[in-house]
Amino acid sequence: MTAPLIELTDLTKLYVTGDVELRALDAVSLRVDEGEFVAIMGSSGSGKSTMMNVIGCLDRPTSGTYLLSGRQVSVMGKSELAEVRNQLIGFVFQQFNLLSRTSAVENVELPLVYAGVSARERRARATTALERVGLGARLEHRPNQLSGGQQQRVAIARALVNDPKMILADEPTGALDSKTSIEVMALFQELWRAGITVVVVTHEADIAEYASRVVVMRDGKILTDERHEPKRAV
Amino acid sequence: MNPFLTLRVALRAILRNKMRAFLTTLGIIIGVAAVIAMMAIGAGAKAQVEQAFAAMGTNLLIILPGSTSAGGVQGGFGSMPTLTWDDLAAIRAEVPTVKAAAPTMRSNMPIVSEEQNWTTGVTGTLPEYFDIRSWPIAQGAAFTQADVDSGTKVVVLGQTVAEKLYGASANPVGLTVRIGTTPFQIVGIAAKKGQSSTGQDYDDAAFIPATTYAQKVQGGLSKYLTGQIMVAATSADTTARAQSDIAALLRDRHHIAPGMDDDFSLRNLSEIAGAQAQGTETMTTLLASVAAVSLLVGGIGIMNIMLVSVTERTREIGVRMAVGAKPHYILAQFLIEALVLSLAGGLLGVAVGLGTATWLASRFKWPMLIQTDVIAISVGFSAFVGIVFGLYPARKASQLDPIDALRYE
Repeated sequence: MTAPLIELTDLTKLYVTGDVELRALDAVSLRVDEGEFVAIMGSSGSGKSTMMNVIGCLDRPTSGTYLLSGRQVSVMGKSELAEVRNQLIGFVFQQFNLLSRTSAVENVELPLVYAGVSARERRARATTALERVGLGARLEHRPNQLSGGQQQRVAIARALVNDPKMILADEPTGALDSKTSIEVMALFQELWRAGITVVVVTHEADIAEYASRVVVMRDGKILTDERHEPKRAV
Repeated sequence: MNPFLTLRVALRAILRNKMRAFLTTLGIIIGVAAVIAMMAIGAGAKAQVEQAFAAMGTNLLIILPGSTSAGGVQGGFGSMPTLTWDDLAAIRAEVPTVKAAAPTMRSNMPIVSEEQNWTTGVTGTLPEYFDIRSWPIAQGAAFTQADVDSGTKVVVLGQTVAEKLYGASANPVGLTVRIGTTPFQIVGIAAKKGQSSTGQDYDDAAFIPATTYAQKVQGGLSKYLTGQIMVAATSADTTARAQSDIAALLRDRHHIAPGMDDDFSLRNLSEIAGAQAQGTETMTTLLASVAAVSLLVGGIGIMNIMLVSVTERTREIGVRMAVGAKPHYILAQFLIEALVLSLAGGLLGVAVGLGTATWLASRFKWPMLIQTDVIAISVGFSAFVGIVFGLYPARKASQLDPIDALRYE
């Protein structure tokens, strides 16, 4: 369980607006092994969102290399990146980003649609994923019929359904109350214990405590990188 | 990715905004409906004209004898007999594109039955005449070549003449009438042919064998044929060929030197028919191009609404991209949505157009002709419009940056 999943080497991301040059990531190197639960922390402007976009294959670095599960993704085109996201990464967003007026189970099926899975298998796997996050009884509910916590569970089920190598969560508790936040973090811990690598980007220190490793960023660089015994969410 | 699934996503997106989708497609609906209705009515009118000329025979040629020229006053075609019976025989024998040829010699004569009399144009001709004019015999039969050979006194009456002499429902075949002073036996009644395009009643006529005509009406058979010759070419396509062949033959037979005027005139009915049909066609083309412009305007409407749709669903596009939709999937999705909109508009337009044409046709008693190729082209064109005007919004959607799209408020 110590194979490297993410290997960032001298990763730099530049944003140029007119004469102003913003170094969002400044020669960052980071290695995340399979089976880790990493929290990337930092205030706004620290570069953690850029880091998350690059790790999630939504954005490409200006320079440096990114190996994801041994594949060189920093040189891939849009279509290839879409395929990598589809197969290796499950996304969870702050605003849930579920398709409105679409049932929970169909939302969860979405990644499988783009993976070319048959309708019957899609339904079966989406149902299993929803059962895993405790929403087996809410398959046909639409997002607007579900609470915030439930919507985030649907989003987690959607992230899980493709059996990804890692789940990438961007401020997953940002839109939730503290009780629901702990429930969601408990779910992440459960998935982590089941063997999935989890990367959570957050600015809240008490959320980061649930991870086994905390990476703190500032000004596009890694400030601290510590492993510790995660706080148990109940 | 499964195209049916893409189609389902597109349908669902459209059905979410039914009213908007309907208003968007209205431009296409009106455009296609206009094309279909115009073309159905226009083609109907054209077909009617063609039919009217086909009733006379599109492969029909008429040879008129030359003109007299007395002291500088030209008598006009037909004033001098220049066509001979030998000419007729030569045309029948030597021009391969000629199916049949028959003389028509005509003069107005009173026809007297036991109770009534009626003056009409009596034509002396051959049995082929009825084939050339594609004019069936309703009762009895036409006179035969044997009647012509022996100069039998038999007559075929037109419907109008039969009605004037014997009433509408009588069957006078076998009865005897007098033409002038000579008794003729009625052997057949020609079927109703109706009016010519100039309003002349074709059925107000009587036909007798050419030889009988020469003897009893003209008072003796001469070398010259005192009338016209009607010729049927083997088909509509060979009419022009037959026309030039006959002209060449007659010039040769009449010893007309090159550069000299013909002493006869050849008229081709399909030319007149063509000119009339062309008139209708020009009108139809004009109306159809107006309709095509409205289709184009409909396409712009679709582009507009697709752009709105892309903007509205930016976040959805972001989510789809994040979970693995490749750019060309997004392109296909929006393109299919535009295609479904325009195609639905096209099909609805066909229905509305056919309905309108049917209504107009029955309301104003206009002829109407439904052409499947016009329907196919209209539907195809509306699909084309959908693709062309859907391409820009779809490309815009597919080139969105997933990060920006996900953050879009």
